[in-house]
Amino acid sequence: MKLLTGNDLKSGAVTWWDGVQWSLHVGDAIDVGDHADTILARESAARRVNAAYAIEASKDENGVRPAHIKERIRALGPTVRPDLTLKPADPAAGQWVI
Amino acid sequence: MAEAQFRFRDDEPVGDPGVTVDSFGDQSNAAAVRLEPGDEARDLLPHLDRIRLIEINFPVYGDGRGYTAARVLREAGYTGELRAVGDVLVDQLAFMRRCGFDAFAPEVPLDPADAHAAFDRYSEVYQTAADGRAPIWAKRHG
Amino acid sequence: MGNLMYRYDTYDQATVDARVEEFRDQVRRRIDGHLTEDQFKPLRLMNGLYLQLHAYMLRVAVPYGTLSGAQMHALGDIADKYDRGYGHFTTRQNIQYNWIKLDQAPDILADLAKVEMHAIQTSGNCIRNTSSDQYAGAAADEVTDPRPYAELIRQWSTFHPEFSYLPRKFKIAVIASETDRAAMRLHDIGIQIVRNDAGELGCAFYVGGGMGRTPMIAPLIKPFVPLDQFITYAEAALRVYNRHGRRDNKYKARIKILVHELGKDEYTRQVETEFAHLLVQNIEPPLAELERIKAQFADPKFETGLSDDLDRSDPDFALWVDNNCVRHKAPGYIAVTISLKPIGGIPGDASADQMRLMAGLATQYSFDELRVTHAQNIVLPHVRKDQLYALWQALDDAGLGTANLDLVGDIIACPGLDYCSLANARSIPVAQKIGQRLAAKEQEIGELKLKISGCINACGHHHAGHIGILGVDRKGTENYQLLLGGCEGADTSLGQITGPGFDEDGIVDAVEKATELYLNTRAEGERFLDTYRRIGMAPFKEALYG
Repeated sequence: MKLLTGNDLKSGAVTWWDGVQWSLHVGDAIDVGDHADTILARESAARRVNAAYAIEASKDENGVRPAHIKERIRALGPTVRPDLTLKPADPAAGQWVI
Repeated sequence: MAEAQFRFRDDEPVGDPGVTVDSFGDQSNAAAVRLEPGDEARDLLPHLDRIRLIEINFPVYGDGRGYTAARVLREAGYTGELRAVGDVLVDQLAFMRRCGFDAFAPEVPLDPADAHAAFDRYSEVYQTAADGRAPIWAKRHG
Repeated sequence: MGNLMYRYDTYDQATVDARVEEFRDQVRRRIDGHLTEDQFKPLRLMNGLYLQLHAYMLRVAVPYGTLSGAQMHALGDIADKYDRGYGHFTTRQNIQYNWIKLDQAPDILADLAKVEMHAIQTSGNCIRNTSSDQYAGAAADEVTDPRPYAELIRQWSTFHPEFSYLPRKFKIAVIASETDRAAMRLHDIGIQIVRNDAGELGCAFYVGGGMGRTPMIAPLIKPFVPLDQFITYAEAALRVYNRHGRRDNKYKARIKILVHELGKDEYTRQVETEFAHLLVQNIEPPLAELERIKAQFADPKFETGLSDDLDRSDPDFALWVDNNCVRHKAPGYIAVTISLKPIGGIPGDASADQMRLMAGLATQYSFDELRVTHAQNIVLPHVRKDQLYALWQALDDAGLGTANLDLVGDIIACPGLDYCSLANARSIPVAQKIGQRLAAKEQEIGELKLKISGCINACGHHHAGHIGILGVDRKGTENYQLLLGGCEGADTSLGQITGPGFDEDGIVDAVEKATELYLNTRAEGERFLDTYRRIGMAPFKEALYG
């Protein structure tokens, strides 16, 4: 599947296109199929996202998983500071990245 | 020829289109020349007395060779118009002015208020450049 | 603040204040849509604002690595107020904040300006922050304090109208002793302040060094430039680069490639021609300006008659003194390195509380002065030996008493793929695992500079590590190449790759094997680097891959 990701213009937070708006959670991301360029152009022009791009991902029973480790680190947070990730209470969250 | 949106001169603008540096040598009556980033500004030095307009092109704002070209020309005593053309953005104006540009013809016209704020932003400068402004060190030891 | 470092006058302050307002205006134009990201990017970069993996990152300049207590305190406050309670000290002697919001960035710059700091030219294709010797003003072996020269360069390079859109970034280092503690010859321009036969000070210019994907050691192009001409000489060196440096290929755009392709002699000839021309253009600040700056870096009022004796009865203290303290030029004083490399910690990170604590200790024990080192540690340059034990106890209580300067645990590591959008692999977890694996043996191993970069841009200086590690992306997984034999300093050398790379656990094993070979092979008094230079790569390859 193809996801769209970028950063929030003001906060810089990593965001994912969920079909309606930009979510902080990769699990909300939808497959944009062939519509990546259209959505990116519209959303960037409206400044609802910054420096956005399309990436490859897969989906299984555990949810959405970006193909590249860089995108998985973006989705979670720094592996060396679990307290600052999106899942601070889950000590095993870093394993998902690798 | 690109029309200047901002001009810091009182003389009549030259109406002729700038010729390339290559063809300039063959056209003994040309008064305007256009410099591209890869051109050697010093090739013009023997002819400065008959040039009234030098356009320096910035095809992309990030190519800063035009700043050196401008200063080299001013250091050699050129007093005609030095016009920045091409990808000229608000936030480059002050640097260009310091390097000796006195006319600006941005490809995409700039917001005049933003541009004038940019020209006037820094009341003090650290270096000697081509605009005659006294650097901070000169004021400290005036 | 004290009087031992450069203080802004109204001109400096006006310049920095104007920059804050300019950036506030630029951010406003970006947020309201007048600037596209493509147009805004170079503007934010010239204020050190990057878009990284998780957020915006702000890089704040620490000119030549020198901070007052009040400045360090302010850096801690910024970490709390605008970030997530910590900052990262970098190999360029700067500090980075990892979780910055765009609309707050102008306020951070305003807070910095209040303590005479800024983020000007900490990124972009311009002249970056000038780095220097972390022991400047304290070192027993310097011919003079190099920082006044670096400050003069800071002012000359700030908003330099001709050199703000260079082919690529440009880094200058200034040192003033034979022992190079600033990796001077791995900079675009390295300046060594030297004394000539007549006893006069001048500048030796080394041009065209650098790391990155094509590491090069800068050649000496001019052994002595008089002090009243060195800014002009730098201007000439930059002008030749701006005019002729390559702009067709980002990876060949640094000045090292120009110097290499033209040849040192031809590059030097062009600089000399330009220098002769510029000498009559009145661009050199008068010596009175250098003297004005020098007066502000005058030595603090060192007490006289102090004893050089230390009570070494506490073994942990004695170990720390032996590892982390170096000789000071004044009797009874010592220069102290605070390690930001606790075992298993993140190299170069400091919490807001730690920053404020170090600020307070600097005020109390070191004439209100601190330094950031290119090895990502903090130095208190002027500590009385009779107060050293009390200082150490305060540091130790705060987790800042690690005794590992220049040992294998004192690892330089870039932020890597945990934070950086350019990285191919993570650096920090590798540093943490190596530090933990070798902690028990690090005193036995002795001096071993280990440096890790998460990509070929080499922010972690892997080429210059006795052991270097380069993270690469191999078909979507992290892979690590091992290099041996790099070194910065007077005998600068570049590390050589051992062979095929390793995975994360494999690279930790490989480093351990290399250190085992060293321990089993070393001759009396040899450091790891000395043994490598004596026996060469072959035995290491055998140990690693045999």
